Amino acid sequence: MQTFKGIKIVNGIAIGKIKFYKVPVYEVNENLINDVAAELDRFEAARVKVQQQQHALFEKEVKEGRKDTAGIFEAHELMLDDEDLIDSCKEIIGESHTAEYAVREGFENAAQMFRDMDDPYFQARSADVIDLKNSMLDVLFGNDTDSLQGTEPSILVAEDLAPSETVKLDKNLLLGLVTRLGSSNSHTAILARSMNLPTLIQCPDVEESWDGRFAILDGYNSCLHIEPDQETIEKLTAKHEDDLKKEAALQELKGKPSVTLDGRKVRLYANIGGPKDIKAVIDNDAEGVGLFRSEFVYLNSKTDPTEDAQFAAYKEVLEKLAPRQIIIRTCDIGADKTIDYMHLDKEDNPALGFRAIRICLSRVDFFKRQLRALLRASAYGNLGIMFPMIISKWEVLECKKILNECKAELESEGVKIGEKIEIGIMIETPAAALCADELAEEVDFFSLGTNDLTQYTCAIDRQSANLERFSDTHHPAVLRLIRETIEAGHRHNTWVGICGELGADPSLTETFLSMGVDELSVNPKSILPLRGNVRKVDLSKLAKPTASPVKTAEPEKPATPAPAPAPAPAPESAAKSEKPKGFLGRLFG
Amino acid sequence: MKTFAYVITDPVGIHARPAGILVKEAKQFKSTVTFIKGDKSAKATSLMKLMGMGIVQGDEVTVTVEGEDEEACAAAIEKFMKENM
Repeated sequence: MQTFKGIKIVNGIAIGKIKFYKVPVYEVNENLINDVAAELDRFEAARVKVQQQQHALFEKEVKEGRKDTAGIFEAHELMLDDEDLIDSCKEIIGESHTAEYAVREGFENAAQMFRDMDDPYFQARSADVIDLKNSMLDVLFGNDTDSLQGTEPSILVAEDLAPSETVKLDKNLLLGLVTRLGSSNSHTAILARSMNLPTLIQCPDVEESWDGRFAILDGYNSCLHIEPDQETIEKLTAKHEDDLKKEAALQELKGKPSVTLDGRKVRLYANIGGPKDIKAVIDNDAEGVGLFRSEFVYLNSKTDPTEDAQFAAYKEVLEKLAPRQIIIRTCDIGADKTIDYMHLDKEDNPALGFRAIRICLSRVDFFKRQLRALLRASAYGNLGIMFPMIISKWEVLECKKILNECKAELESEGVKIGEKIEIGIMIETPAAALCADELAEEVDFFSLGTNDLTQYTCAIDRQSANLERFSDTHHPAVLRLIRETIEAGHRHNTWVGICGELGADPSLTETFLSMGVDELSVNPKSILPLRGNVRKVDLSKLAKPTASPVKTAEPEKPATPAPAPAPAPAPESAAKSEKPKGFLGRLFG
Repeated sequence: MKTFAYVITDPVGIHARPAGILVKEAKQFKSTVTFIKGDKSAKATSLMKLMGMGIVQGDEVTVTVEGEDEEACAAAIEKFMKENM
């Protein structure tokens, strides 16, 4: 057995034969030719064909929802239209050279221009030109590169994979990927992540002689075992089967209701950052979107984004995910997210500063652009609008007043607006949690932002490494604020969700359900595991929380050591209890 | 001839995709569009040359537009650059 190390991109195990992906090396004929016109025609035919191939790759990526990689092929298509590049190749042919020779020289010169540049981004573009050069030569030599992958399922080993090579691979024959080069941002890595394919990059020992040998790729330990011994085979096969079982169990949960054994339903929604996440919402069977962070429209733009640009992004998500409810949070910039064109003053204490709704209510024209875009998009699906960083009722009233002004404007312009738009607020400050009763009268829903709520309640900056000892993500004060917010909401027919990281914490699922939470919004990957958790809970079997501590599922990773129970007002029951207390016990005890 | 100057604010400068769209945009007009940075220049018909200028954040680029539809062309190019570069 030989073991080689690399850098893993995706966890997981692949077991099978190695296929070495051998890129053909072409011997370009340097003899002079007589029929220049015929060579020019061959060159032009190859150029058009490669351009069509690149366009097909572009369309394939668009169709499969990979905008990033689609952009690469769009640029390739345009590079093949480059008049300078075409002219330089034609000029070489005009000197009685073959089309192959002209492509090699012409494209190589262009690649060299990029290699000579100072900026690493531009240097890396030489790979795109070489990719195109190889595609041109494939066509001119009449080579079919589709067969390089072989015909059996295998672990593909390569020096490196160009974008067009990666995209062309038959995914059904791909067990895993190992490359000698590549970076964690390369196309190979992007593809591996999107396919959840066990992958190692930067494995320096890659060699052609591995072709055909039996191997196991162990993504968990970032290594490749070639001709592994019996013990390794047994151990990793068992792990692999376990992974498959877990994955199958998750797939089984698609389409199943998120309901506890005793029939309590909870809505499992996804947190997303923009239209790029639409696919993840569908793939993971999210029942809606509980937090659509609208910041991306501001961060991806060089200037204040227009109403139309925002409308297009919101509409895309609403339309493609209909009839799911999509809750879009209005602009939450400021604090750690700064934007040049907003010209915000530098603050000493930005977390407590001019951010989110405070900016919007101070710059009403800016706020109105977003609200108008949201209202226009509401005609295309089921929209909820959520205002962040609320502390007082007057803020909510003012938001609603401005929203109604926008509605009236649009109606007078004859623009169609969705019939039912739910309005909600983030509960992410202790002030809002403690005033939840007053706030609930004004809105359809609350969404608890547990990250900020914890930071503001405990006065702990989560980024600070020195504070780890003091930080407790399950601090009883936070859990109590969550419970009280849910209860206050329900007193006023306001539904209550959680959209912070705590929502996905499996050790708290039972706690939140017993508090009566209506919705949990988590990152798309957490939806199915969370549904699995919910379906195992039986609230009817929970002892009365005050009576005895309830044991909850263990967190996947041990939480940071919990501090000793709060000293002064430690409830007597806690002091007397000998059993370890669960979260409910800590909360209600 | 129309001329305007623009300072690039995009962190990676004029990279492949926006440069590609810029070329497409320029091709819709009859005017000749030229980008100038220091002693380097490139016509908007060549994506490679344009990228080869290595225009990065903070660089000032002068754009000249010459032809029968130069007014509309210059306006379109300037708008695109402001929004994407």
